[in-house]
Amino acid sequence: MRTRLLALVVLLLLAGCSSGGTRDDGRITLRFQSLAWQEESVAANEQLVKEWNATHPDVRVEYVQGSWDSVHDQLLTAFEGGEAPDIIHDASDDLADFAYGGYLADLGGLLPARLKSDIPQRSWETTTFGDGVYGVPFLQEPRVLIANATWLRKSGVRIPTPEKPWSWAEFRRITERLSGPGRYGVAWPLKEPVSATLNLSLSAGGQLFHRGPDGKVTVRFQAGDQVVPRTVHDQANTDRSASPTTLGSGGSDTLPGFFAGRYAMVPLGFSYRQQIVQQAPKGFDWQVLPAPAGAGGRTQGVSPQTLSIAEDCPHKKEAAEFLDFFLRPPNMVSLALGDWMLPTGTEALKDPALHRTKDGWATGTALAGHLRPAPAQSVRGYPEWKDKVATPALQEYYSGAIGIAELRRRLEEDGNLVLARYQR
Amino acid sequence: MRTSTPARVGQYTALLAYLVFLAFPFLWLVSTAFKPPRELGSLHPTWVPKDPTLANFRQAFDEQPLLHAALNSLLAALAAAVVAVLIATPMAYVVARRRTRLAKAVTGWVVVSQAFPFVLLIIPLFLVLKNLRLINSVPGLVLVYVVWALPFALWMLAGYVRAVPPELEEAAAVDGAGRVRTLVSVTAPLLAPGIVATALFAFITAWNEFFFALVLLKTPEKQTLPVVLTHFIGAEGVADLGPLAAAAFLATLPSLVVFALIQRRITGGMLTGAVKS
Repeated sequence: MRTRLLALVVLLLLAGCSSGGTRDDGRITLRFQSLAWQEESVAANEQLVKEWNATHPDVRVEYVQGSWDSVHDQLLTAFEGGEAPDIIHDASDDLADFAYGGYLADLGGLLPARLKSDIPQRSWETTTFGDGVYGVPFLQEPRVLIANATWLRKSGVRIPTPEKPWSWAEFRRITERLSGPGRYGVAWPLKEPVSATLNLSLSAGGQLFHRGPDGKVTVRFQAGDQVVPRTVHDQANTDRSASPTTLGSGGSDTLPGFFAGRYAMVPLGFSYRQQIVQQAPKGFDWQVLPAPAGAGGRTQGVSPQTLSIAEDCPHKKEAAEFLDFFLRPPNMVSLALGDWMLPTGTEALKDPALHRTKDGWATGTALAGHLRPAPAQSVRGYPEWKDKVATPALQEYYSGAIGIAELRRRLEEDGNLVLARYQR
Repeated sequence: MRTSTPARVGQYTALLAYLVFLAFPFLWLVSTAFKPPRELGSLHPTWVPKDPTLANFRQAFDEQPLLHAALNSLLAALAAAVVAVLIATPMAYVVARRRTRLAKAVTGWVVVSQAFPFVLLIIPLFLVLKNLRLINSVPGLVLVYVVWALPFALWMLAGYVRAVPPELEEAAAVDGAGRVRTLVSVTAPLLAPGIVATALFAFITAWNEFFFALVLLKTPEKQTLPVVLTHFIGAEGVADLGPLAAAAFLATLPSLVVFALIQRRITGGMLTGAVKS
């Protein structure tokens, strides 16, 4: 038995030795881990990699399909083990730890001027940590109202446009007007209440996180921060114009009720249109409306998808050249169309395909200029604040279990205690 | 003592409820796998698809290398099950038969080790495997699965060994059989259901495992089925539900088939009457 076991271990080791390895033919190979998952998006990614490989025989890019599920843990392990992909697809709100941890390359001196100037400064801010830029933001999505067009038309309410959206007060009045027995003007899918609330609150002038002259961040739940939470709370608990059952649901969970005519509107990410196109019953007439606006105008917080280069990558220059190729305006357009999102690049945003009225593309594109970094983007300790303080507090507030004063106390007092630990 | 009729009815009702509870997710998965997208978005879903389709299966196979991933999973799971059982069986025998402090300490440690969250272990494990040059290889993954399954397999098999009356081994010894002969001819056949059950546990654990496979396998051709299944899921949990259900349904089949083939071997009662008490 012992001999057999020993033989088995030796076999395993030998088998391991035969796996992996690097090329020794002088060609550079870059591993690109993409998180694209929708059919059109994967096809667009693979096509671009194929084009690159056809025109760059000395720098081969190897496409590796990654997964959004557990991507942070997977990347962290790969970084720690020195086995990270050379080119990394992620989201800007996941980059802070990797950037501060020294795992990602500062792209400041690597990217060409064309790419730097094509993407607006407000988008670069989402991937800027300290003095460095650690990712190229390339796809983003605003939160929009997906509406039952027939219902809205019959009700006679004013249909908002990107130029003239509803105010938060008007939105509340309209949802009340659209509601009736068993029917709701809106269904808020707030399984993840924090990012939705914070990002939409920018439109009402909310900021929540305030950085002092000493660089330390504190939470202050002021009037502008209260507009969106109050609206949702009052719709669900006072007006009965928001479905109370969807407050704990994800976006996809609200679609059956939406298609069945239970809800007039559902606030969702722009990319959910793909699911609506796929699943909507034949003849179901839907449209995309801009999210309500307030004192902050049509501003919204976003965490764009990003492409980064690993600090350990031995061929950063070539990897940056690939990024430049990959994110050329026409390529950015095909990536955006594949993912049903908006490109960050100003040239790509001009593409006619993104200005069609079909499937609400034009409405989303009109909002692109108003997208800003999510408020929590650079706050150290935000994940813990979100999980331990903000999520339960907002869930209780939206369900009517606590009032605005208690919500404020928790976000500020409990929240600042959490943040303080990260800023000593 | 006879069970009264109402008690028996209660028992069967509870059993039926439990079976329904266990079967519901799988049956729902099967139903979803054959539904077109428009039925998936219905507020009043039906058990039987109104317009059944194989499009989800076609899309799943078109988009992802499911067969290749299934082969990787099968290879890893079978190897893990066989190796875990080969190592755990003699260990379990020693732990069960030798009532020493060391055996008790080993059993205690086995139970404690089950409490470790694997996130705690993944980085050191990754570094060890990297030094062994076993990253991105199925053998590396098998090694992890064996190590992961071994404590529970040991604990499980020790219970089966304890259920084999020592008197049988003593009787064999009286008849002149040596220790090895006794183990091979007397104990091992009686342990067969336990060995099969343990192997099945190790197989299913490895077949379903996601996180280690995600972290340890880098290239697409090495990825296992659970990892490939996540490619149907996007950011914030949005999923391509039809193809995901179709692929997940196919992914559950091997476990079901393996279980169906060997479940008779697991049934107890083999020891009944072995010893006159």
